[in-house]
Amino acid sequence: MSETMNTEATVEQTIAGRPDHTAEILLSLDNVSLSFGGVKALQDVSFDIRRGEIRAIIGPNGAGKSSMLNVINGFYHPSEGTITYKGEARSDMRPDVVARSGIARTFQNIALFSGMSTLDNIMTGRNTMMNRNWLWQVLHIGPAKEEELTHRAKAEEVIDFLEIQAIRKVPVGRLPYGLQKRVELGRALAAEPELLLLDEPMAGMNTEEKEDMCRFILDVNDEFGTTIALIEHDMSVVMDISDRVVVLDYGIKIADGTPDEVRGNQNVIDAYLGVSHD
Amino acid sequence: MDFLYNVSIDPILQIVEDPVFFIQVIAEGLMAGVMYSLIALGICLIYKASGVFNFAQGIFIVFAVLCMITVFEYGVPIIPAVIVAFLVMVALSWAIERIVLRNMVNQEEIIMFMATIGLSFFLEGLGQTVFGGDSKLVPTEALHIGRDALVIPMFGSSIRLQELDLTAGVIAALLVGILALFFQKTPVGRALRAVADDHQAALSIGIPLQWMWVVVWSVAGLVALVAGIMWGASSSVDFSLVVIALKALPVLILGGFTSVPGVIVGGLIIGVGEKIAEIYWGDALGGSIEEWFAYLLALVFLMFRPQGLFGEKIIERV
Repeated sequence: MSETMNTEATVEQTIAGRPDHTAEILLSLDNVSLSFGGVKALQDVSFDIRRGEIRAIIGPNGAGKSSMLNVINGFYHPSEGTITYKGEARSDMRPDVVARSGIARTFQNIALFSGMSTLDNIMTGRNTMMNRNWLWQVLHIGPAKEEELTHRAKAEEVIDFLEIQAIRKVPVGRLPYGLQKRVELGRALAAEPELLLLDEPMAGMNTEEKEDMCRFILDVNDEFGTTIALIEHDMSVVMDISDRVVVLDYGIKIADGTPDEVRGNQNVIDAYLGVSHD
Repeated sequence: MDFLYNVSIDPILQIVEDPVFFIQVIAEGLMAGVMYSLIALGICLIYKASGVFNFAQGIFIVFAVLCMITVFEYGVPIIPAVIVAFLVMVALSWAIERIVLRNMVNQEEIIMFMATIGLSFFLEGLGQTVFGGDSKLVPTEALHIGRDALVIPMFGSSIRLQELDLTAGVIAALLVGILALFFQKTPVGRALRAVADDHQAALSIGIPLQWMWVVVWSVAGLVALVAGIMWGASSSVDFSLVVIALKALPVLILGGFTSVPGVIVGGLIIGVGEKIAEIYWGDALGGSIEEWFAYLLALVFLMFRPQGLFGEKIIERV
């Protein structure tokens, strides 16, 4: 499918429910291995994430899913293999540099700045967009003041989008779990990322909260065209919202494909049912 | 019986008899308290941003002010000398980040703390080599810090305040005001608060941790310089001054390690408390109460309110 056709098709398909995605590869991991001492968290894993898609990473506990996200966002550096982002092979990068290159993330155990308000938390997400001209910022005059207003407007947009206007000024430490997860998503969105990594966005939520979160994830993907890679345990959610699924078990990739392909894969069934490994 | 009278009724009688003198005691206590706050402030800032209890803050103070005095003695005017001293502290912060902190990311707090103890011994040795071991005088005249006493008439009597103490109070208030604005109103301040809250999350949103640490250690260096000038102006500066950092401990326990307003209030309470205890209860309890009163107060706080007056409540989730 050519690029032009695809752009035209996107509008229709968005209305139909699922956005189409281009074949452009946004990020690819090639033969990535990661070990901690003797423990091999990832072994020779290769997969890619296409621009505009929702990519799920699933697998039983300890399969290396979180390690995978940590490798992508620079917390861990792979012992072997290469990561290619936007067509360029990436050498070991610090996580803050990765963030500035357009990759935002959320955490399995919420990592918000609990003493700060919802608005301030979301404003920190704008950090990657801010100039480092901090002397101006200290004086709070001239271009810095204008810049702050622009960022503030963007943060308010995110707040409206996630329907959290009511808790704008509340310190996030006091919010219930489901809302904290939403604020964390907001902080990641405020960075206007090209690639959004979500580590179990629905863990510990009730059905209603899960539905809300699903809707937000799909909306982000639809409206902003953000590419999303997510780890999730709830299979019905994964199968519903993702375009392609990669399955890890004991740090090894055992399947990769559309939800339907993965569902029928014998390796995946074995991994989840706990067939013994030799 | 005499003892009971001396500790319970006699001090109250003394206060009622001469209330103006009591006000004088309180004023002196407040002034001393401002100095404690200044010392504790530097430690508090670093603790907030990098979770390290900086044992080296005491030597920071001596190092900064000796650097300023030495540069001044070479004939450099006072303003550039202050700036040079500040730049030396910035360079020092950068070096500390490079050599010490960077290698200790994600280590236990106690390991970071041990590192700052090592740092403090190193800086003491380095300082004595570079600046010499003699005690030096802060050039108060060049800095326009008055040495006179102000006499304020009050209820037919009068109280005396040192100009130096008043200057210290005003400067400390200004410094705290500026820092509060910096932390609350600027994006850099917000980033610093973010770093203080959660290192990993801060990194994941693109806040360069290393750069933030240099900023906050530099600010602590500036606070140390101011504290050193003010403390040194009332007597002289030498390396024995390092132990005043210990006085910051009870202040931090009282105020809460992470709270700037807490540090100020904690310092003032300890300053005033010590002076009152020394003057009115000193004779009955055998004198030198000033030496241990602050620590006793800290002990009481640790028992009943371990997070301090303004600290974040310690909640352990099960």
